[in-house]
Amino acid sequence: MKLPRFLAVFLNWVEGEEVFPVPEQASGPFHSERIKKADPKKKPQTPGRKKDHSKLLSALYSALSVIVCLTVILTLLTTVSWLPRFGGDHNPVENEVYTRYVERELEEAGAVNTVAGMILDYRAFDTLGESNVLFIAVCSVIILLRADRKKDGSLNIPELESTPEEKPDDIIFRCAAMILMPVGLVFGIYVVLNGHLSAGGGFSGGAIIGASMILYVRAFGSEKLDKVFTFSTYKWITFAALITYTLLKTWSFYTGANGLESGIPLGKPGAILSAGLILPLNICVGLVVACTMYAFYSLFSKGGFGNGQ
Amino acid sequence: MGSNLMTNYFEATAVICFGIGFTMLFLNKNLIKKVIGFNFMDSSIFLFLASNGYISGRISPIITNSSVSSENYINPIPAGLVLTGIVVSVSVTAFLLALTTRLYLRYHTLELDEMIRLSNAEET
Amino acid sequence: MNLAVVFLLTFLIVCAASVALTKDPLKAILIQMGFSTIMAAIWLILESPDLAITEAAVGAGVTGILFFVTLRRIGLIGGKAGKKK
Repeated sequence: MKLPRFLAVFLNWVEGEEVFPVPEQASGPFHSERIKKADPKKKPQTPGRKKDHSKLLSALYSALSVIVCLTVILTLLTTVSWLPRFGGDHNPVENEVYTRYVERELEEAGAVNTVAGMILDYRAFDTLGESNVLFIAVCSVIILLRADRKKDGSLNIPELESTPEEKPDDIIFRCAAMILMPVGLVFGIYVVLNGHLSAGGGFSGGAIIGASMILYVRAFGSEKLDKVFTFSTYKWITFAALITYTLLKTWSFYTGANGLESGIPLGKPGAILSAGLILPLNICVGLVVACTMYAFYSLFSKGGFGNGQ
Repeated sequence: MGSNLMTNYFEATAVICFGIGFTMLFLNKNLIKKVIGFNFMDSSIFLFLASNGYISGRISPIITNSSVSSENYINPIPAGLVLTGIVVSVSVTAFLLALTTRLYLRYHTLELDEMIRLSNAEET
Repeated sequence: MNLAVVFLLTFLIVCAASVALTKDPLKAILIQMGFSTIMAAIWLILESPDLAITEAAVGAGVTGILFFVTLRRIGLIGGKAGKKK
């Protein structure tokens, strides 16, 4: 049987062959000779009964995994074959809840983007829980990964095998980051502020801002950002965003939450200052998500953020 | 078998990826591979949910003109649920990776069998 | 059934299967980022642009970076292993 070349190269790559630095004597069509040559060098190790035993066990293990995989997939496929047709407009999912959301959302919440109106107005309590999940995740990662401090104040990073923070001397990467980072940052802010008018919102925009910050730190080092974004900055930004969210939604729920007079003007649909509480709530969620993404990167790469405590 | 397997191809793909991810999570010994399998399970469940909200021939629920009628737009509820789920899944991934890093710093291996053997050796 | 949709969905299954078969964690992460990128395209086909933006930023960007930083921290890529080559 003859496979297409790219498929064979891909399969070799998955199997563990280095494809990209192509050697000069890549003689065989699919590098298969080199695999066979390399194999017997590794093999002669401790032959005997113990190895046979473990070999049998691992064969049993892979057979078991294939059987489990096929069983799970077949059971679920049988279930899928009894589900209603994909894309039909009278499926049980398409019920009166969705009709009500789409038809009344514009006059009740005022957001052009129905998804934003749904997750930040009708189901805002759910979104508050999600934002708290992010904060709790950062707390547990801090507990697990934060580097201790020695007595002289320097970071004591336990048994780190590579240097904690090193600026790459790659000119291509730096130039690309210099072009991409401001664009990404501005696009993230646009997505957050425009969340009630077009696709996006706090979650997407916050993730884009966080990714841009990570790109900046990776390319240019973290000295400048460390002066601004310390641990207490993170704490206060997240705390302020969550407490603002809670207070705003408390007011909204206190005044009746849905369709009743709350004193917050909805504005003209389509304008940037419209949709009542959705814009400030989007900003709060975006701040929490952006800080969370950067905090994850910073904790993973050097065990803490900021040069202060 | 029911009759809708060939029309529900999005759901079928989702459950196949779910099965592969479940197997990786359940039967792979490398911890990084386990976390990646968990990610696959996340993504395929999101695909399953969002494909249930799709109605063929309709557009995404961003109300552009004044015709507010549910006849024109797809279901926004699964999209809203999945949107928050994607961001929570990255925090779960970060938590699992932090646990993996701690375990590696303790035992200097990523294989689960080796870890169990080392911790048993420490106890005795 | 659209041909492009079938191609993308097949790519998802191929990605998942090749991650299950590969031994190298670095390659597994690279394939997983490809999986997320394809998933972002599928969200666009399913008329959910919100999900597409989020998945492209989170799934293909931040998750992959977290995996890379973890591998770097425990010394499997970069650092000593990279300098040896």
